[in-house]
Amino acid sequence: MVKFGATSAEVQVNYGVIVFPGSNCERDAVHVLTQVMGQRADLVWHEMTDLSAFDCLVLPGGFAHGDYLRAGAIARFSPVMESVRRFAADGGLVLGICNGFQVLVEAGMLPGAMLQNASLRFVCRWVHLRVDSLATPFTAGLSESSVLRLPVAHHEGSYFLDPPTLAELEAHGQIVVRYCDERGVLAPEANPNGSTGSVAGVCNLSGNVFGLMPHPERCAEPLLGGTDGRLIFESVERWAAERGARIGAAPARNPLVPS
Amino acid sequence: MSQAESLAVQRAGLTEHEYALICESLGRAPNPLELGMFGVLWSEHCSYKHSRSLLRRFPTEGPQVLQGPGENAGAVDIGDGLAAVMKIESHNHPSAVEPFQGAATGVGGILRDIFAMGARPIALMDALCFGAPDAPRTPYLTGGVVAGIAFYGNCVGVPTVGGSMFFDQHYNGNPLVNVLCLGIASSDHIVRAKAQGAHNRVLLVGSATGRDGIAGASFASVELSEANEEKRPAVQVGNPFLGKLVLEACLEALGQPGVIAVQDLGAAGLTGAATEVAAHGGSGIDIDIAKVSRRESGMSPYEVMLSESQERMLFVVEPAGEAQLLSLFQRWGLRADTIGEVTDDGLVRVRDGDDVVAELPAEFLSEGAPRYQGAAFLQPAGPPVADEPPFEAPSDLGDVLRRLIANPNLCSRRPVFEQYDHMVQINTVVPPGDGAAVLRVKGTSKGLVLGLGLNPRVCALDPWTGGAVAVAEACRNVVCGGGRPIALTDCLNFGDPERPEVWWALVGAIEGIRDACLALDVPIISGNVSLYNESEGEPILPTPIVGALGLIDNIERHAAALVEAGDMLWLVGPPEGWLAGSEYAAAIHGWSGLVSPRIDLDMERRVQACVRELIATGAVRRATDVADGGLAVTLAELALESNIGIRCDTDWMSAPRPDISLFGEAPSRIIIAAAVENSTHIEAAAHRWNTPLVQLGSAAGREISFGSLLSVPLESLQGPWLRALDELLKG
Repeated sequence: MVKFGATSAEVQVNYGVIVFPGSNCERDAVHVLTQVMGQRADLVWHEMTDLSAFDCLVLPGGFAHGDYLRAGAIARFSPVMESVRRFAADGGLVLGICNGFQVLVEAGMLPGAMLQNASLRFVCRWVHLRVDSLATPFTAGLSESSVLRLPVAHHEGSYFLDPPTLAELEAHGQIVVRYCDERGVLAPEANPNGSTGSVAGVCNLSGNVFGLMPHPERCAEPLLGGTDGRLIFESVERWAAERGARIGAAPARNPLVPS
Repeated sequence: MSQAESLAVQRAGLTEHEYALICESLGRAPNPLELGMFGVLWSEHCSYKHSRSLLRRFPTEGPQVLQGPGENAGAVDIGDGLAAVMKIESHNHPSAVEPFQGAATGVGGILRDIFAMGARPIALMDALCFGAPDAPRTPYLTGGVVAGIAFYGNCVGVPTVGGSMFFDQHYNGNPLVNVLCLGIASSDHIVRAKAQGAHNRVLLVGSATGRDGIAGASFASVELSEANEEKRPAVQVGNPFLGKLVLEACLEALGQPGVIAVQDLGAAGLTGAATEVAAHGGSGIDIDIAKVSRRESGMSPYEVMLSESQERMLFVVEPAGEAQLLSLFQRWGLRADTIGEVTDDGLVRVRDGDDVVAELPAEFLSEGAPRYQGAAFLQPAGPPVADEPPFEAPSDLGDVLRRLIANPNLCSRRPVFEQYDHMVQINTVVPPGDGAAVLRVKGTSKGLVLGLGLNPRVCALDPWTGGAVAVAEACRNVVCGGGRPIALTDCLNFGDPERPEVWWALVGAIEGIRDACLALDVPIISGNVSLYNESEGEPILPTPIVGALGLIDNIERHAAALVEAGDMLWLVGPPEGWLAGSEYAAAIHGWSGLVSPRIDLDMERRVQACVRELIATGAVRRATDVADGGLAVTLAELALESNIGIRCDTDWMSAPRPDISLFGEAPSRIIIAAAVENSTHIEAAAHRWNTPLVQLGSAAGREISFGSLLSVPLESLQGPWLRALDELLKG
């Protein structure tokens, strides 16, 4: 599945995992990035503004600021978000997982809007995803149309796009992953939340900002029932290796990092 | 006593005898606030005045036990410098009145108990009992409770990894919501709720205090009635976002120097927390309620002291650590008020600015409630000799299986479990669905297994057996997950203990629990008692619910894989069951029986030991408890989950009628699925442990079949099995 020849041992990506009050998957992300992927990851409190130490930012799952009003609607005003926007404008990688995707949408860094699931219920289960675009570092190492198996867990994950925007995103390769069945076929029963066009994840025009509802960090270890989530992080490592990511630059420690 | 005085005593939920005791001990009459404080702390919910003497009978010790009953939660050593902290608690009455908030705050409350011990909560489980599926309020109550659990647990980021649901008409007006939480702490940093050291500061942290849940503990200690709706103000409102901030801030704060004690504000609110930390620490406490942040103006001292507003914690900290602690809470955006200090005079003193508005001895307020024995009750004259079912075995047994698999007590729980985030924290190795949930312990090779046990119908037939089978089933579920049971937590849900038959059932169930704990060598480390579960004048079924914690040394060795084609299926344990107390007899024939099934606790021990050994040696692909619905339903569920047919023989059957063999229920039975080459190994283990072993059949085809008795295509079961619960929820 992986196209590049470089191995992850040759590069160390410095991840910054943003912690909003109410985030609840930040420790999971740090565990997988450091213990499983062997990369460097630090927690970044939402009031921090210096992100210069990082190659890739992760906005994790959870309920930032309680998701009051709408998921992500308050988090977009957190002090860190202005820096996240600048970081992305400078070409840094930004990955929004679940609530992180919702925050990126609310912040206008990704198109579209989030609605409640069609079932009006929280849904936590495994889904299949078809990789529709390799035009982002997060999937550049995968093969087109490959099928991944990842879990979702959300209540407000019905991703909405109006038809012209959907067509535009499709034309620019910004539709990155779609819900599908195990053979890669799009079907209403394989769409867990009623998202437009079965879209599960999109990137911005330049491809460095990627948001998806499923949780790659929840399926990076065989013990937990699947390892397809690793492919996304491996893709980032290979992309970074090609570009010679800063190796061993020590990020500033902050009070939230467990000692 | 004047009429007004008598009314005030009654409103506080106290008896005249208790009031007299209070006046005598104080040497004066309590003022209205003090009376209210006695009312909540001497309620059944807080004082356990009917059950405490009975609970002493439980075995609570063991080399692994770090903390037994009496603290916020129990704790056991699991090696690697870690402790598992566990407790189950009821939130029945609030859930009956307002199911969504009742269940949500039930989750919030048990989480605070766990992190107050310094443990990070890693898993939640729920044992839920609702009324008959066709009772008018059942869909509303079930849907509300499930949504409330999801609302709180999902947001706070603690996975709900499993649970049980039981429907029966005896819970029509009084559902049961018991929530279990498991946490992990460093074994040398277990925090206890003992206020000590005069002049140490008392901090109230978290939510501002409002008028919700006033005197909820007293509400929880009376029978529900038609007037329930008026009790809505006694139900608290949960804020899981704030709960999450309080959780994270508290865990960080507990690592700070100078923190002496932490206590959550649950039942009886500030009155309970302040009194308990003082009494446990052998100290006094002096607080000024003028310093308590309020949600609304004009609150009286009574309302502030008796509010059960959620997401609040009480900290006791040395003066030198106070400023650092306050700034930590500020960083988390949390209110923290220094409201008083610890004293050495043994008194709970409540001030409102300069006025002392209550002054009571902490020890007497906390522990002084009289102990009651229920009325003596003689078991009805000797059990009938015969318990013949008053119905014939149906001719179409396949039709019975189709009906049972779509029965709300037996159908798939997936529509509910999918509403819970059961994966967050990435420890869930075996997701909800089977009897046990398996979690890994990061940084070690170990795993933890959680299982539940309850059988109210059996408990109604024979309380001792009902108590014993609850322990046995919980442990059996843990064993099926690959774990060695190391600790139990229990919640005793019963009716009004003043009723002789309820008291008799309570005593019997407690003795059954104790005997099973001794036989299986597992201590009880925490628990909860919920009495007065009645509605419209009738008690619920006696419902002891047990949660078991097991330890797996090698997390790779659990037995929750799917059954594969060609696997052999075996039954370890007694082959035949009973119809009395079975779901089949109740659901299909409306018959509950007269004589309860028996449990042989030594057989139970041997069956569990045998299966545990087989799993640990890797010989078993899947192990599952034979639970409600008997062998046929358990095998059908296994086939549906694994998406492969199961063909069984019938030559092992010895019961006088086939419905007993297929749908009869009995404890001490486990089905295992294993590759054919492990057969000799399995037979040898069963022989060594002296347990009955039956080779039932093998996995093949697309049907579930028992010889010529029954053959049903999986396709005809799949839809009804998966959809039944959704249909119930839709009403």
